[in-house]
Amino acid sequence: MNVIREPVGRCSVAIVLLLLALPAFAQDFAALRADLVDEIRQYTLLVGDEPMRDDVLQSLNTVERHRFVPRDQVRHAYENRPLSIGYGQTISQPYIVALMTDLLDPQPDDVVLEVGTGSGYQAAILSGLVARVYTIEIIEGLADEAGERLQILGFENVVTRLGDGYFGWEEHAPFDSIIVTAAATHVPPPLIDQLKPGGHMVIPVGGRFAVQWLLLISKKDDGSVVTRQIAPVRFVPLTGKR
Amino acid sequence: MRVLSIVQWHHFAYMIISLALLGYGASGTFIALFRRTLEPHFEAAFALCALLFSVAMVACFVIGQCVPFNALEIIWDRTQFLYLSLLYLVFFVPFFFAACCIGLALTCRSQAISRIYFFDLLGAGAGAMLAIGLLFVSYPQAALLILVALALIASRLVGSGETAQWPLTLAQFAWILVVAVVAFGGGPSLKPSEFKGLSQALEVVDSEVLAEASSPLGLLTVVDSPTVPVRHAPGLSFNARHIPPEQLAVFTDADGMSAITRYDGNPESVAYLADVTAALPYTLLDEADVLLLGAGGGDGVLMALYHDVRHIDAVELNPRMSAFVAHTYADFAGHIYDDPRVAVHTAEARGFVAKNDRQYDLIQIGLLDSFAAAGSGVQALNESYLYTVEALREYLSDLKPGGLLAITRWIKSPPRDNLKLAATAIEALAQTGVEPGQQLVVIRSWNTVTLLVKNTEFSGNDIDRIREFANTRSFDTAYFPGMDVADTNRFNLLDEPWLYDGIHAMLGDDADAWFAAYKYFVEPATDDRPYFSHFFKWRTLPEVLSLRTAGGAGLIEWAYLIVVATLVQAVVVGCLLILVPLSRVRRTWSGGLRYGSYFLLLGLAFLFVEIAFIQKFTLFLGHPLYAIAVVLASFLVFAGAGSACSTRIARKSSIAVAGIVGIAFIYVQVLPLLFGWLIGTADSLRILLSVVLIAPLAFFMGMPFPLGLRRLAEEAPDFVPWAWGINGFASVVSAVLATLLAIHFGFTAVIALALLLYVAAASLRVA
Repeated sequence: MNVIREPVGRCSVAIVLLLLALPAFAQDFAALRADLVDEIRQYTLLVGDEPMRDDVLQSLNTVERHRFVPRDQVRHAYENRPLSIGYGQTISQPYIVALMTDLLDPQPDDVVLEVGTGSGYQAAILSGLVARVYTIEIIEGLADEAGERLQILGFENVVTRLGDGYFGWEEHAPFDSIIVTAAATHVPPPLIDQLKPGGHMVIPVGGRFAVQWLLLISKKDDGSVVTRQIAPVRFVPLTGKR
Repeated sequence: MRVLSIVQWHHFAYMIISLALLGYGASGTFIALFRRTLEPHFEAAFALCALLFSVAMVACFVIGQCVPFNALEIIWDRTQFLYLSLLYLVFFVPFFFAACCIGLALTCRSQAISRIYFFDLLGAGAGAMLAIGLLFVSYPQAALLILVALALIASRLVGSGETAQWPLTLAQFAWILVVAVVAFGGGPSLKPSEFKGLSQALEVVDSEVLAEASSPLGLLTVVDSPTVPVRHAPGLSFNARHIPPEQLAVFTDADGMSAITRYDGNPESVAYLADVTAALPYTLLDEADVLLLGAGGGDGVLMALYHDVRHIDAVELNPRMSAFVAHTYADFAGHIYDDPRVAVHTAEARGFVAKNDRQYDLIQIGLLDSFAAAGSGVQALNESYLYTVEALREYLSDLKPGGLLAITRWIKSPPRDNLKLAATAIEALAQTGVEPGQQLVVIRSWNTVTLLVKNTEFSGNDIDRIREFANTRSFDTAYFPGMDVADTNRFNLLDEPWLYDGIHAMLGDDADAWFAAYKYFVEPATDDRPYFSHFFKWRTLPEVLSLRTAGGAGLIEWAYLIVVATLVQAVVVGCLLILVPLSRVRRTWSGGLRYGSYFLLLGLAFLFVEIAFIQKFTLFLGHPLYAIAVVLASFLVFAGAGSACSTRIARKSSIAVAGIVGIAFIYVQVLPLLFGWLIGTADSLRILLSVVLIAPLAFFMGMPFPLGLRRLAEEAPDFVPWAWGINGFASVVSAVLATLLAIHFGFTAVIALALLLYVAAASLRVA
């Protein structure tokens, strides 16, 4: 029995935890975040003619993604990849999060609805760009964790709820934009109804670890909708065509 | 394989099992290296291996589910390759011990090689039938326990004679006790990946499993989610004013969701079914006679009833699925299968169409894959005879004049299967001598495409009605005869009108150039190359890999890469486990290369022929399970008979090979005609005919291996296990290689290659 070693062992863990909280480690995460944002900036130049909005990238640079992932995934938090967060769900690839946020074209007065809170990361990104974010999650464990996390981290303009997002959030509708990360075989008609004319809805289409494309739904002033399939990467399927 | 398909995804199950079969080859190495130790204790060694096989089956089941392998994360996380390797190792163990039993018997009782090989093949054939039978009456984990018991019985049978040793006997009885306890406790449970649809559905608040039903065709799980309803409505229009009523989700192998929809008899409750792309054909038909291929949870039947059809023949492969709709949840589903207009048939689609004499106004094939599966790229690279050129021609021939074939599929970006479907339809129409462009229509929503093929030209009135259907629902027309490009891309915008451009290119004079320039393989599937979901092109790989982390993960066609990776791993690991160790064993005999080549060629050729003919007979027998059970069992049993008779009938392998080549060559020429004549006969007659046809071919195929082994036993008995190992290695490689060859060159080419390999083996004059 290692009586002598035990207190030393416990002390070591405490020291490690303390060290992790020190500014030095925070700076490490900040540097990683900056590198990630730089990488995303480069990718967006590969996709379209317009660079991504600076405030969107700044939001990614500000929100600490490592606080939104499980402990065993912290070391991957600033890799440009999706990560499992439990319950069969993922926190999206940062590049995809940036792209979706940019597509929503968020404005400071906007009220945004998110269906599928997940870790709360997307809501946190939007939080700094809009007036208010209402976010709904159908998995109780995720809803509780995300709600608590967003509150502790001070995202005061994000309101979370456990429930069925199919019918949106009528009491706070209409919304300037809506983001739907919960997989569905069709776009819920009530969400289209709750989107303001001129507003945008974004839905990532594909698997949890391999987004195929982003569906951008735009509501015209007359209430009709047009969708656009946004490829996250520039890829022309025909040789010789640009 | 069934267990892994439920817990993981099918093609990873295929990969893991393919490599685990290397245990067979490795057993040869083990026996060759330790023969002198094992031979004097043959019974004890055999009994111990059988016991360890029994134990390992349960252990690998439990341990395998503890390995946190996530197939979907493999493109992002290199640790997943480590977990995958762990799974190979875990599942390798039971195959290793099972093969040791047979290898030991062949090595230590070489005077009875033919008889042993006969019983080996007989047992394998019976096992194939038993496995299918067991999966009909029990869950996979319960079926596993029965196999565990069989191995235990084998261990007791061999290890209970005069040479029985008490530690082994004690271990056997201890294991019997453990198995009994596990069995009475309900058996080990299955834990599907958390990323499969079923697992995710069960995370939703208040959701619960209502029922399960297992068969060799899959494990069906019915889930109710009262707080957050299912709402399955693929391709629902943005303009729809109706949403789905209450639904039950039905998962196949924990994924691939379909739905059973509540129906109270009031058509308005399912009015949403008029606002999906699949409803298009009903806009052109009145009181139609409908054939629905792939009835699933009944949505297609409900759609047909909503549109007031005259009659529906609903074909569903899985009887358990039909039973859910017809019996278990009949009240919920509104007794739609009891409607006098509806006739439900448990059958495979092509087999039903081939035997059926009825003609239809509409033949409809709905969405048979789940949205998640289609989108995530984890669909298996299975053979599918539903979407081949020959299939579409058969469907068209079963239509009344002016009848329609309607096929709906999910959209992928960039387009792949929708272009391939269009290409297949164009080829099928062209082969009937019509102008394909006049008889084809394609519409799309944001996530589904419906292709219509008419067996006459679409009229101006038809086109007007199609355009109105599409416009009022904000669906885009992707192609119709005489369409202008300005008609595309109005509601669901794409960067380019890929479907429109692609179809026009396929209809033009430069179709071949377009197919070559397209970065995915979208040429028509045929019965000889029935891999509809094969889109991979090697030259596209560098580009899509470079875009992997830049949002391009969805561009990669994983299924084909997994088959290739399986082959490469099989060759590398096989060399490390089998060939390298054996090559270092000191030899005093010079026939190694000749004999090694002989058994390698036989191992490749046997499985090439077996796999190719399973596919040939699948269509004739009209059901994949019949094909596997009848063809596989027949091959194994009659090959076993050939093995037992080998010395009396064909003392030289060249005689056996002549028989194989002659019969196979005749079959390749004659079988298509024969099948065409007899496809409409009763199931029992076709099964009997299949057995009769396979018997002589398999009989001769069973001879070369024991002939060679017997010769080896006379010349160099130390190398019998070596031959067993090489043959086992070749079997693993050939199963994967056959798939790859069939994808690129077709099954006829696989047979041709197999015959060349047999001739090459005979030319070595080993036996």
